[in-house]
Amino acid sequence: MITCKRFLEELEAYLDEQTTPELRTQLEHHLSECPNCWVITDTTKKTIKVYRGMDPYPIPCELHNKLLVALTRVARSRNPAVGEELETHRP
Amino acid sequence: MASTTSPAGFNETPLVAQARKGDLSAFTQLVEKYEGKIFRLARHITNSQEDAEDILQETFLKAYEHLGEFQGNSKFYTWIVRIAVNESLMKLRKRKSDRTVSLDEQIDTGEDVIAREIAVWEDNPEDQYSQTELREILDEAVKSLPPIFRSVFVLRDIEELSSEETAEILGLTVPAVKSRLLRARLKLREKLTRYFKRKGDDIFDYL
Repeated sequence: MITCKRFLEELEAYLDEQTTPELRTQLEHHLSECPNCWVITDTTKKTIKVYRGMDPYPIPCELHNKLLVALTRVARSRNPAVGEELETHRP
Repeated sequence: MASTTSPAGFNETPLVAQARKGDLSAFTQLVEKYEGKIFRLARHITNSQEDAEDILQETFLKAYEHLGEFQGNSKFYTWIVRIAVNESLMKLRKRKSDRTVSLDEQIDTGEDVIAREIAVWEDNPEDQYSQTELREILDEAVKSLPPIFRSVFVLRDIEELSSEETAEILGLTVPAVKSRLLRARLKLREKLTRYFKRKGDDIFDYL
């Protein structure tokens, strides 16, 4: 018999699918009977999904160019021929 | 050198090898691939656009200068994430010069796990908002997490590193990563409920 407290203790392993099959069956049985734990599990899954679906930030063009200029400077200090062909604009 | 194929199937080993020989255009391709992720990571950990801009620059400059030390037994991306996380934590420590930001702080293991807000969400809650609105909502929620939870959440659920990689980068044990991750996820879930819950509905109507 899984209590809500025990369910929450195992939630991390459940979400990351790292429980034994036996424990998973017990946890799923609890979910089918406990509306609160079902909602917490469902909304936590959606929280993870929504963050994983986000694209990285667009980098401001100036910031990107500033970085390339700094890198070119470092590269040239090692080898003056390096980086001459490098465009400082995005393709 | 071990193969460093990214999750998207893009094999970056030859690029890294060329960059190690000092090929700047090869390194620039790696910059273009990862700069958005590194910038986002730094913004999330420091909560500051300005700091994130510095960290982006520092991370790639350091990576370029120390590429000879990259052994290739981890992914290139994990290696630069480690540099970016160190730079970010250093910024946080500088800002709070009176107290150290410790990732080893003891955390409450009791009541905070128990959720207070129980409401059913829409099926695809993100569809109710524009990309810009959604980004603001999600960023604001992450911002509200204490640093010890935030770093773990950002590495595991935003940058999608494994618990083992996250533990190694942050100098934590794997169980510590897992327990922080659960708390971070539950706290975020609670924060986001006011935006994502099914309109005019609650759990008792639903069931």
